[in-house]
Order: sequence, then C-alpha cells, then structure tokens
Amino acid sequence: MRLGFVFREITQGLRRNISMVVSIILVTFLSLTFVGTAGLLQAQIGQMKTYWYDRAQVAIYLCTNTSPTDACPQGEASPDVKTAVEAKLHDPTLASFVSKFYFEDHQAAYEKFQQQFKGNTVAKYVTKEQLNETFWVKLKDPNKSAVIAETFTGVAGVEEVRDQRSYLDQIFSILNAASIAAIGIAVIMLASSVLLISTTIRLSAFSRRREIGIMRLVGASNFFIQLPFILEGVVAATVGSLLAGVAVLGLIQFFVQGYLAQRLPLTSFVDISDGMVIVPLLVVLGVLLAGLASGVAIRRYLKI
Amino acid sequence: MISISNVTKTYKGAAKPALDGVSLEIEKGDFVFLVGASGSGKSSLLRLMLREEVPSKGAVFVLGENLVAIPSRRVPYFRRKIGVVFQDFRLLPNKTVFQNVAFTLEVLGKSSAFISEAVPEVLNLVGLGEKADRFPNELSGGDQQRVAVARAIVNKPAILLADEPTGNLDPATSAGIMSLLEKINQTGTTVVMATHDVGTVDRLKKRVVELAGGHILRDDRKSGYQHALPNTDQIELPLQGGLE
Ligand SMILES: Nc1ncnc2c1ncn2[C@@H]1O[C@H](COP(=O)(O)OP(=O)(O)OP(=O)(O)O)[C@@H](O)[C@H]1O
Ligand SMILES: [Mg+2]
Repeated sequence: MRLGFVFREITQGLRRNISMVVSIILVTFLSLTFVGTAGLLQAQIGQMKTYWYDRAQVAIYLCTNTSPTDACPQGEASPDVKTAVEAKLHDPTLASFVSKFYFEDHQAAYEKFQQQFKGNTVAKYVTKEQLNETFWVKLKDPNKSAVIAETFTGVAGVEEVRDQRSYLDQIFSILNAASIAAIGIAVIMLASSVLLISTTIRLSAFSRRREIGIMRLVGASNFFIQLPFILEGVVAATVGSLLAGVAVLGLIQFFVQGYLAQRLPLTSFVDISDGMVIVPLLVVLGVLLAGLASGVAIRRYLKI
Repeated sequence: MISISNVTKTYKGAAKPALDGVSLEIEKGDFVFLVGASGSGKSSLLRLMLREEVPSKGAVFVLGENLVAIPSRRVPYFRRKIGVVFQDFRLLPNKTVFQNVAFTLEVLGKSSAFISEAVPEVLNLVGLGEKADRFPNELSGGDQQRVAVARAIVNKPAILLADEPTGNLDPATSAGIMSLLEKINQTGTTVVMATHDVGTVDRLKKRVVELAGGHILRDDRKSGYQHALPNTDQIELPLQGGLE
C-alpha cells in the first residue's frame, strides 16, 4: 500500500470538490453541535436529578384551623393525630421504607417561612397557626412515595401528603422535552449530512471515473480504489466534528460555567469534565457516520 | 492458458445472444486474431476473458482461474496477470507518459524504487524513452497507443488482450504497433487481438478465429484473413456445423 499515493488522491479529491467539502464540514459541525448540546442537557438533567432527588422528601401536612374544611372538618390536628402518625411511621410495615423522618411544629415552620420569604410582604401577615405542622419523611427509595401517600391520605387530621419530587418532575420534564427536541433536530441534520456526504462522494467518484476505470482494469483491489473516497468523507467529517467539539466545550466554558453558574450559584452545572466525555463521542460518531456514508456511496457507485 | 467451452452470453434485455455456444482453446505464447463483422461478438469474448462479464452459460478458464466461480474480491488479483489495450487508448490526460504508466504500478502498491526502474525500461521497449515527460495530447495516435501498450505490459502480464488497438491508426502506424505486439508475443506473452484490419491479419500469418453472429465460423492456424472472410450474405446462415 502506498500511503503517498492515497494521500495525493485524497487531497486532489478534496480540492476538486472544495465547495461540497466545506458544506460537509458545516453540516457535520452543526448537527454534531446539536447532538453535543442535547447530550449536555441530558447530563445536566441527570446531575440535577441526583442532587435534588436526594434531598427531596415526602411531606405529611397536618390540618390547621385555616385548612380547607373538606380535608380537615375538625380543624387543627390534635396531639393524638401526631402520635398516631408517628406510631405508623415507626410501624415495621412502613419503617422498612423510611430512612428517617422529623416533625416540624408551627414554630419551626414559621421560622423557615420567615427565612424563605424574607423581605416579602406575606412574611408580615402570616401567623404561626396558619402554617402546617409537618412530618418530613425521607425515604430509602425515593420512588416509593406512594406508600406514604396511601397510608396517610384521608386520615383524620392529615391535610395532604405531597412528594416534593412532583415539583421537580415538572422542571425536569421541561428540560427533557428541550433535550428531546435538540436530539430530534440533530437526527434530521445528521441524516442530511449523511446524504450530503454520499452525494459528494458520488460526484467525486464521477469526476475521477477515468482513473477508477483504469484502476479496475489493471487490477487495483477494491479496497484500494475505495479508500481515498472513504477517507475523503472521513477527513471532511472529522474537521466538522472537531469544530463541533470545540463549540460544545466553548458552550460549557463560556455559557454554562461563565454565565449560568455565576448567576445560579446554588445549582451544580455540567463542567469541562462532562464535555471531555461527550466530545470524543461526537468525534467518533462523526467519523463513523462519514465512513459508513461514503463507504456505502462509493460501493454503490462502483457496482453500476 | 485460456479455455472457453460452450459459452453463451446474452446481455440483459437483448433478444439474441452476443455469443452462442462458443468454444476456444488458446495456448501459452499464442498470437490470436479475433475477426468478424461489427457486432459479431469479438469484444464480448475479450470481456469474458477479463472477467468484465460472466457468461450466461458455459465455462471460462483463464490462467487456471475459473472465471465463472471466482469470487469478486479475487478478480482484481486475477486482472493483474492480464494486460489490456483498447482502440481509444484510455490514457489519463492530466498525467505525463511516465505517470500514466507508473499509475498502474502505483495502484498495485509497488515501491517507488521499483517504479523508477520498471517504467523507463518499458518505455524504452515501446520506443518512447525520449517522450516520458510529454502529455498524451502532445503525442501522435500511434505514440498514445504505445503508452497504452506500455501501461498494459509494465506489470509483465501473462496475457495481453487488445480490442482493435489499430482501429484509429493509419496503416504505417498500425504496422509499428503490430511489430511491437509481435515483439511482446516473442517474450512469451500470449496475445489475443480483435481487429477489422484485413491487411494486418493477412501479413502476420497468425492464428485467426472468426466470429459471426456470436458463433465461431472458423479457427485457422497460419491462415490469412481473406480465406477466413466469408461472403457477407453468408453471415446470417448457420454455417458453423458445415465448416467445422
Ligand atoms: N453491454 C452490452 N449490453 C447489451 N448488448 C451488448 C453489450 N455489448 C455488446 N452488446 C451486443 O452484443 C453483440 C456483440 O457485440 P460486441 O461488442 O461483442 O461485437 P464486436 O464484434 O466487438 O463488434 P465491433 O467490431 O463493432 O466492436 C452486439 O449485438 C452488441 O449490440
Ligand atoms: Mg468491439
């Protein structure tokens, strides 16, 4: 195998089809940037899920005098209710699900409320008695919150059982929808870059049909004939995917870390180390797709 | 060396076969002319020997390879042992004479040391040693065909197939190409050449295989074209049995 010869063929092919090659580079660049962004979004969702789900608890809100009467007909929960709830949580059937729980009385709820809504006018008007006394339950398996809900919903003196994750799930489903949309766009763009690559390779083969004819006549192996064309597609796509990698890393460095993380200091965001996982995958994906697309294209062309 | 038995070739969509029950043996070192009217099947027969086509029926053996059964990935390696020349030269216009010949060796993966030795040698053999740096459009037709011959034999093939190699050349130039082919034949290369060139066939006194309508009409060793050439209105008749 003469590498010099193959190399010369590739550079010639790239130069002859320069505008097509540039469009391959741009399309792979854009589509893989989308794929990378979708990947980052998924990584971000994953990170937030582990962070927040870990901290999410199930709240058993006890009735107050201001609770709606259909849930709490007898008003403020009596101390008996508290002991009953506590007993049930200690009961072996439930205890096996519960990691730990604690009771938040009116005073504690009031202090927490005052802290959360500092400076807000509601803080001034709310009274201790209006805020629910609450059992905060942390589960061993956060997915099993239904057990708590089934046990305590409808029990006299319990206003409501709520899994904090239900709030988180709304946020995550929005983020998820965004990343699915990004993946959808990425798939369409990847498909068009695959088509573009095969068209370009066919054009390139057509412009070199004399050489191909002579190569086949003198007995060049199929692999040797096809290799320059496959590499042509791969080289262009590699350039595109490297650009996409740079774009994804730039997005992390300057947008996520440089902007979002500054503005929302309490949330943990994806960082360069996540990018270092995604970028090699992007490049591999780009190279594989280009190799496949141009390989199939040139094989089809040569068969005719 | 080349063994063709009972070969029928019907092209896709064609009503009549291009070759019909053709059998032919060619020995090592033979020089064979394929003659016959246009459309009689000469090129088709050459394409079968090169495994550019496969027969619809019958068997083709070339250099010990069964060309009906050979797997397609082995075809390139088979073709390395065969040289081919065409009427239209098929040179690469953007490459010099040297590069055109070197191209064959390059795509076969030969070293540049080997190439820089083998190419001038073969160019001297065909008489183009001085014109190595010319481009094809700076050469006469005869010289272009010499380049094509050089390209075909630079890898020292056992068989040279030539499809009307003198078809575009005047008689004097044709004679030059023919003596080149004879010279190549004398080094042991089997030559099979399709031609319409009556004068050449007559002069060289080689084996002549005549085709008509896809049949072998006549296979004469040491015969001239005249004896082989039938009356034109006989071509359509089923003459094969009578003459064999
Ligand atoms: N690729 C093809 N597809 C269909 N028919 C073909 C093909 N090649 C040749 N033929 C037909 O097969 C028959 C034999 O053609 P072939 O080219 O072998 O003749 P030939 O003797 O070489 O003629 P010529 O002297 O004009 O070159 C002709 O009828 C031709 O039309
Ligand atoms: Mg012909």
